[in-house]
Amino acid sequence: MSGDDNMKAAPDYEWQSICTREDLVPGSGVCALVGTEQVALFYLPGEQPQLYAVSNRDPIGHANVLSRGVLGDIDGRLVVASPLYKQHFDLLTGDCLEQQDLQVGVYDVRLDGDTVLVAV
Amino acid sequence: MSERKILVVGNGMVGHHFVESLVNARLNVSITVIGEEPRPAYDRVHLSDVFAGREPGELAMATREIYRDWGVDAHFGDPVSRIERDRKEVVTGKGRRFKYDKLILATGSYPFVPPVPGADHTRCLTYRTIDDLGQIRAKAKGSRVGVVVGGGLLGLECANALRNLGLETHVVEFAPGLMSVQLDEGGSRMLRHKVEALGVQVHTGKNTQNIDEGNAHALKMVFADGENLETDLIVFSAGIRPRDNLARETDLAVGKRGGIVIDYKCKTTDTDIFAIGECALFGGRIYGLVAPGYRMAEVVVKQLAGEEAQFQGADMSTKLKLLGVDVGSIGDFHGSAEGSMSFIFSDEREACYKRIVTSADGKLLLGAVLVGDCDGYDTLWQYYLNEIQLPLDVQCLIVPATEEAPLLGVGALPATATICSCHNVTKGDVVASVECGCCSLAEVKGKTKASTGCGGCSAMLKKLVDEELIVRGVTVDNSICEHFSHTRQELYHLARVGEIKNFDDMLAYHGRGRGCDICKPAVASIMASLWNEHILEHKHVGLQDTNDTFMANMQKDGTYSVVPRVAGGEITAEKLIVLGSVAQKYGLYTKITGGQRIDLFGASLNQLPAIWRELVEAGFETGHAYGKSLRTVKSCVGSSWCRYGVQDSVGMAILLENRYKGLRSPHKLKSAVSGCTRECAEAQSKDFGVIATENGWNLFVCGNGGMRPRHADLFATDLDDATLIRYIDRFLMFYIRTADHLQRTSVWMDSLDGGVAYLREVVIEDSLGIAAELEKQMSHIVQTYACEWKATLADPLKLNRFRQFVNSGEADSGVVFVKEREQIRPVRPEERLRLVAVTE
Repeated sequence: MSGDDNMKAAPDYEWQSICTREDLVPGSGVCALVGTEQVALFYLPGEQPQLYAVSNRDPIGHANVLSRGVLGDIDGRLVVASPLYKQHFDLLTGDCLEQQDLQVGVYDVRLDGDTVLVAV
Repeated sequence: MSERKILVVGNGMVGHHFVESLVNARLNVSITVIGEEPRPAYDRVHLSDVFAGREPGELAMATREIYRDWGVDAHFGDPVSRIERDRKEVVTGKGRRFKYDKLILATGSYPFVPPVPGADHTRCLTYRTIDDLGQIRAKAKGSRVGVVVGGGLLGLECANALRNLGLETHVVEFAPGLMSVQLDEGGSRMLRHKVEALGVQVHTGKNTQNIDEGNAHALKMVFADGENLETDLIVFSAGIRPRDNLARETDLAVGKRGGIVIDYKCKTTDTDIFAIGECALFGGRIYGLVAPGYRMAEVVVKQLAGEEAQFQGADMSTKLKLLGVDVGSIGDFHGSAEGSMSFIFSDEREACYKRIVTSADGKLLLGAVLVGDCDGYDTLWQYYLNEIQLPLDVQCLIVPATEEAPLLGVGALPATATICSCHNVTKGDVVASVECGCCSLAEVKGKTKASTGCGGCSAMLKKLVDEELIVRGVTVDNSICEHFSHTRQELYHLARVGEIKNFDDMLAYHGRGRGCDICKPAVASIMASLWNEHILEHKHVGLQDTNDTFMANMQKDGTYSVVPRVAGGEITAEKLIVLGSVAQKYGLYTKITGGQRIDLFGASLNQLPAIWRELVEAGFETGHAYGKSLRTVKSCVGSSWCRYGVQDSVGMAILLENRYKGLRSPHKLKSAVSGCTRECAEAQSKDFGVIATENGWNLFVCGNGGMRPRHADLFATDLDDATLIRYIDRFLMFYIRTADHLQRTSVWMDSLDGGVAYLREVVIEDSLGIAAELEKQMSHIVQTYACEWKATLADPLKLNRFRQFVNSGEADSGVVFVKEREQIRPVRPEERLRLVAVTE
């Protein structure tokens, strides 16, 4: 991929082009299929960074729904609230705020121009 | 047996309070109660509430079961006919005999009916018991005009009852003014002014000489001044007389004008017989209020426990709401003490009158009268009761505040200050109850009984409890979440006043941080209630719960259910077929809901637009099953088909459902319309329910089913269509404006000071002067209604969101269905494992 020159991803990661900025919904989430993985992409213009990617699977509700949760911050941590039972997951670490032993997968994600890239 | 036999004759409020206090004292006594009425004690003070929709049963202060649990031997409906003091026994009307060691007479009083010829007419009634209410209700049927004789406290209560029954109401008073016992001339005049403004006609200085047959109405009252007044019924409420005949016949001393003479120990002239409450005469005076009666009861209980106790008269101050008018009276308001000074404030425009009387040196408050505005009552009463030194500029206590008026905060009161005079609860008692672990107003009320009598002290009690909790580090926090230090109600007002139309501005002006899944949907709902813009408008995206975002209800596996509106539960065969074919085409599970419509389950996100395109084409609209908004208006089949129906309940349900569909509110709203009193639509379990009567509609409000079911309260009766809708408009909009986030109407109403009576004032009497505004706001919402699904289908940008994956047309592999009873359902985890095993 031509835009890969200036990226600092770990060498064993491969950046995949997923969609464009147009496909994202500011202040909310969408879901992308990366291989067989469902990845929830959250776009928060104005935040640093402005793009977040976590697994779409809610480990408590056992359904692929996290991309459809409401975003916000709890004690300064950016989180998504599961639309099923409202537990909060940290967008950066994947940690569940209500159940310490639970977490969801997080992915490296970035914008290259208007292209959304996810590291797999 | 060493148990002393305590026998209580009479089971009114005071008699009951005595029994309760005695039980709580845990003495080695046996208690027997003999009541004349067929039911145990009930709250007589709030009798007129029954005509305002309260169930008579709700007035009960005791039940037979409670007495049984307390080990009290209680007998009702067989009154005592005589006392045999020599044998220390009483005999009932049915000849039963009961022995006593100590006898307590709590026989109360009866309504005084002036000896006027014709006063024994069957349409002349009294107002004292629940049975009297039945009589009044029966006679009011088919009547148009009602007269209350007596313009005192009870008389005006009774006038309210007649008014609630829909009668043209008159009050006839012998004295020159209303409530002459509690008010001075100025206060009385202002009260009259206000009562007349409510449509009650007041005739003072009228001496009724005769009650004859009428011409236009059943009765004609002829007055001494030659004038007369025709009416269909008369209720006498011209004062009370002590019921002292049992005492009289057994030669206990009674007063010249009645009343069993008692000393400061509440003893009669027989040392084994006490008298308490309104049958007792103390210091030449009958105490016609409940609080002094309670004090007498407690004095007797203390003596039975071997303690010293004296009754020393009682504070006759009162604060009440008569016909919706605030009236307060404290101490000696006539200024009869030598050298006392009066300060009077009268505002005819606002119709309020205040007078305070101070000692000659201006340091002590001797009395006060308040009419039309009782806000200052608590402060004045504390000055009076606890003899707190008045501020130098005394007049500022009654002149409307230009700046901060020097209110006496509960913090400034001594521990001995009485907070609740009905149950004699001091500030110290309340503080002690918090010390003992009470953590809420409700717990304090339960423990101390404060504010469970007349309720006049409720605001002050709440303030005290809040302050005490705060002092102890218990936060009384009403914030909606960490991003806004406001309640939903406050946010609503901030948005409305500041014309704030999106979440970012709300956060910037009034919040902090980035928001969360609590405040975002709450603000979105407020925006919808206020401005009624499409919920998928760009600026509202990201604020909504998934159900609102995708206008469907997410189920446990991440699929959605679809519920089209079927207003009133009425649906044509053609539309039923459409629902069937759509379900068949998309393989959806179908179920009839409790709200009389059809729920289609198992739709994936990307199927929703296609499904809705077919539904909208067939004439369906969204059912808002996903929103905090009006769900359904259920109905029974009504007068069109049913043999018993008296009105077209289906027609009304459809009208209401179409009017309020899409209305965003703090919580979901449900409604129902029944076509007759059989109530097949279960309207009394709804946020607003309508039941047909011969004359129109009865409106019920604030009921709900669910986890904590609550019966709705009867709100207004026999309304025509237009009035019904007007009241519901106002009711709903007032709820939307003032309720907390996710607060159902029932909980909301319980949180309003004054409950359903207050709500009635706001909605029916327009006491806040906002009715027109509420209606206007509702009319805006009704006029700007648009089906959200129809709008979405017409907008490619909005449709763009209904994609399972932004980069693939595949379905969610996590969604797996199995068949059960010929329909699909989500696979269970253990089945999923089995499926995997089988396929592998």
